[in-house]
Amino acid sequence: MSITSAIELKNITKKFGNVIANSNVSLTVNCGEILALLGENGSGKTTLMNMLSGIYFPDSGTISVDGREVTIRSPKDAFNLGIGMVHQHFKLVDVFTAAENIVLGLTGKSKLNRKTIADEVTKISQKYGFVLDPNRKIYDMSVSEKQTAEIIKVLYRGANILILDEPTAVLTPQETNKLFEVLRNMKKDGKAIIIITHKLNEVMDISDKVAVLRKGEYIDTVNTNETNPQQLTDMMVGHAVSLNIDRPKSEKLSKRLEIKNVSCISDEGLSVLDKVSFTAFGGEILGVAGIAGSGQRELCEAIAGLQHLKEGSILYHSGEDGHENVDDLVGKNPMDIRQMGISLAFVPEDRLGMGLVADMGMVDNMMLRSYRRGKSAFVDRRLPKKLAEEVRGKLKVVTPGINTPVRQLSGGNVQKVLLGREIASAPTVIMAAYPVRGLDINSSYTIYNLLNQQKSKGVAVIYIGEDLDVLLELCDRILVLCGGKVSGIVDGRTATKEQIGLMMTQIAEEGETVNE
Amino acid sequence: MSKTVVENKEPFVRIAKRTDISSSKALLIRFVAVLLALITGGILVFTLGHNPIAVYADILTGSFATKTARAETIKIAVPLLGAAIAIAPAFKMKFWNIGAEGQIMAGAIAASYFALFQYDSMPKVVLLISMGIAAFVAGGLWGMIPAVFKAKWGTNETLFTLMLNYIILGVEKYLQNGPWKSPASSFPKIAMFEKIARLPKVFGVHIGWIFVIIMVFAMFIYLRYCKQGYEISVVGESERTAKYAGMDVHKIIIRTMFISGAIAGFVGFILVSGSDYTLTESTAGGVGFTAITVAWLAKLNPFVMVIIAFILAILDKGSNTIQTNFKIPASASEVLTGIILFFMLGCEFFINYRLIFRSKNGGEKQ
Repeated sequence: MSITSAIELKNITKKFGNVIANSNVSLTVNCGEILALLGENGSGKTTLMNMLSGIYFPDSGTISVDGREVTIRSPKDAFNLGIGMVHQHFKLVDVFTAAENIVLGLTGKSKLNRKTIADEVTKISQKYGFVLDPNRKIYDMSVSEKQTAEIIKVLYRGANILILDEPTAVLTPQETNKLFEVLRNMKKDGKAIIIITHKLNEVMDISDKVAVLRKGEYIDTVNTNETNPQQLTDMMVGHAVSLNIDRPKSEKLSKRLEIKNVSCISDEGLSVLDKVSFTAFGGEILGVAGIAGSGQRELCEAIAGLQHLKEGSILYHSGEDGHENVDDLVGKNPMDIRQMGISLAFVPEDRLGMGLVADMGMVDNMMLRSYRRGKSAFVDRRLPKKLAEEVRGKLKVVTPGINTPVRQLSGGNVQKVLLGREIASAPTVIMAAYPVRGLDINSSYTIYNLLNQQKSKGVAVIYIGEDLDVLLELCDRILVLCGGKVSGIVDGRTATKEQIGLMMTQIAEEGETVNE
Repeated sequence: MSKTVVENKEPFVRIAKRTDISSSKALLIRFVAVLLALITGGILVFTLGHNPIAVYADILTGSFATKTARAETIKIAVPLLGAAIAIAPAFKMKFWNIGAEGQIMAGAIAASYFALFQYDSMPKVVLLISMGIAAFVAGGLWGMIPAVFKAKWGTNETLFTLMLNYIILGVEKYLQNGPWKSPASSFPKIAMFEKIARLPKVFGVHIGWIFVIIMVFAMFIYLRYCKQGYEISVVGESERTAKYAGMDVHKIIIRTMFISGAIAGFVGFILVSGSDYTLTESTAGGVGFTAITVAWLAKLNPFVMVIIAFILAILDKGSNTIQTNFKIPASASEVLTGIILFFMLGCEFFINYRLIFRSKNGGEKQ
């Protein structure tokens, strides 16, 4: 090839402990080209880009910039090589102006000439079609303006290779269009751009080439104009694998939770749940599929009483035949819900940061949701201790002792502790968010069995998952979320992986009309 | 664009967090640190022309040999320990209360009000109890202010508590120079308390030491066995977990800071009524800050705090002794204390982290 590549990765491998985040990944991006890096959550996209920007150091493999092999040991090295990364979470100083943020950390004269900086920032803005007032403080800016400041920051530093980590996740569709306009201008100017995303319509819209990662493995790179969303989905999710997970037949379904038109707004003012409606039945496992960040967390937290709703109702049905009793859970906190006599188990995604107290042992964690029992000012550790012993025995939790801090346990054992506690509360609803993430095969099957047991007891199980194979084999019905909306509910016994994959990524047609 | 030549090597030294460390190893590291501190301090003493061993021995005899020396040492340790106990619940909650100094002063002022103006209206026991309660409430309210702001508006508690120290100090100076100024004195100072407003002595030291020992046990039980203590631990570990468990995080923050401030305020009462018999701008005298060191070195364990508070009291008292006996300047003995603290705090780094050197596998230091 006559053109030298702007950046080339060869056989990059990175491990974190036993987890392989990237295995033999090879990528090439030329100048004046936009590469989309596509992959599900946890496929290793961000890890890979962090190695380019000097945050992590690869275990093996080589990185070449402009055809020369280089070593990137720190963000400073990356910056000297002309690599600029725009992180998903902005790294700006709130009380500084855009211009001050842009020159922050640069060496130069000790005296800042704000006027020249502002002029230069304006010049860059005009060149690529940004709109940004260099003298505005960051805290006055919208999310999209902050992102603009971040991008100009890397351009100002002379970056030729730009990496954008899910830049559209925080933008409205209109803002996304504006951003893409700018990216096209940069491409014309000869910059090499890598954009991380999992929205297929955007990939088709903006990129020249698409590289796909799946579970840390590099799958392939294809030219965008020679592919279609269906092929990309297949590459992303892979072929269906048989896992032989049990799926007992549901008996005696009873209406348990009815979610009606629930909407939520995030702190940034973006709509994270948009008129979500569905019903969960006792005696079935309802799967929830979706790209990470499509509103799964907010949905769980809304039901658990931890999320403020903009609108909608969450109705809890209880009582047997004829004596139907309906309670609305909206506006109730977890305490209120418990006091209403509703046992709602929630296994949150963030096990050690939310579901458990990492520095406490099993005993103290067992009483996290029940320590108030009794009138005494002192905590009664006898029951939690018995429960801890029970969970340890029944679920085969491997721990040096029931008072060993749970942070020292392996991921699988941590999850067993958490799930064990939640099941012990004799729940009528269980919400489990990514309960098998990071677990080995055996622990995963233990978890599936536990959930199936609960299902046969008549509990309504809501299973938030990311592995479509598991969802398809475990769940009776699967609800697919896309961008905070329900894109459909399918039967777990008949649906195909491709069908769900497409539902997860395609909401483009409606997306255009959504505002706020 | 200029490009630096980058060597193809991994960084020279990396720092990795230890996930767990055996308690015997941690103890060994601490022991080595104390030893190194004594050696370093010894070198300093030696360069000043003295025999390090004689000096160290003198520190011990100076703070233990006679009955008065022992009483003096205990008198230094009591408020230090009390303030460390006060800080413990706040720190357990990861609420960095740097304001014990001010909370002590708030309590001292409230207690002084009763001692100065109400001493003739009630019997001794009632007066002392009133002083104690007033100090407790005043310190608690003073401690609650930053907690309310933190809970409601997310303000930074470190700065807030620190700044409040200077405000209450200003209040004291105003009282000393104005309304509470002793008419009998030409200097702006507050009158000595009447005998009735002074704490009685038990075994040669004011009764405050008994209060503090009770506080040690009470705080240990509160943090370890009470529901509220459990809540404090959970909030300190993760607010998200606390909310998930259905706890009212704001209420817990405010309540805990009331307790923290109240105990500090009570220490203020012990100081004015037990050792100073008056209120001055140096009543707290840095106790609130040194107590942070005590609490931190003890890992917030009240019983360990007893030991640490005594070590610091011995160093304090002992440095006075060597100053007179060896003519070692006061500043040098403070340097000695500083060295020991430096090593004790510094060794925590090696307990929590290990250094990995390039091309050596898992090389560790200290």
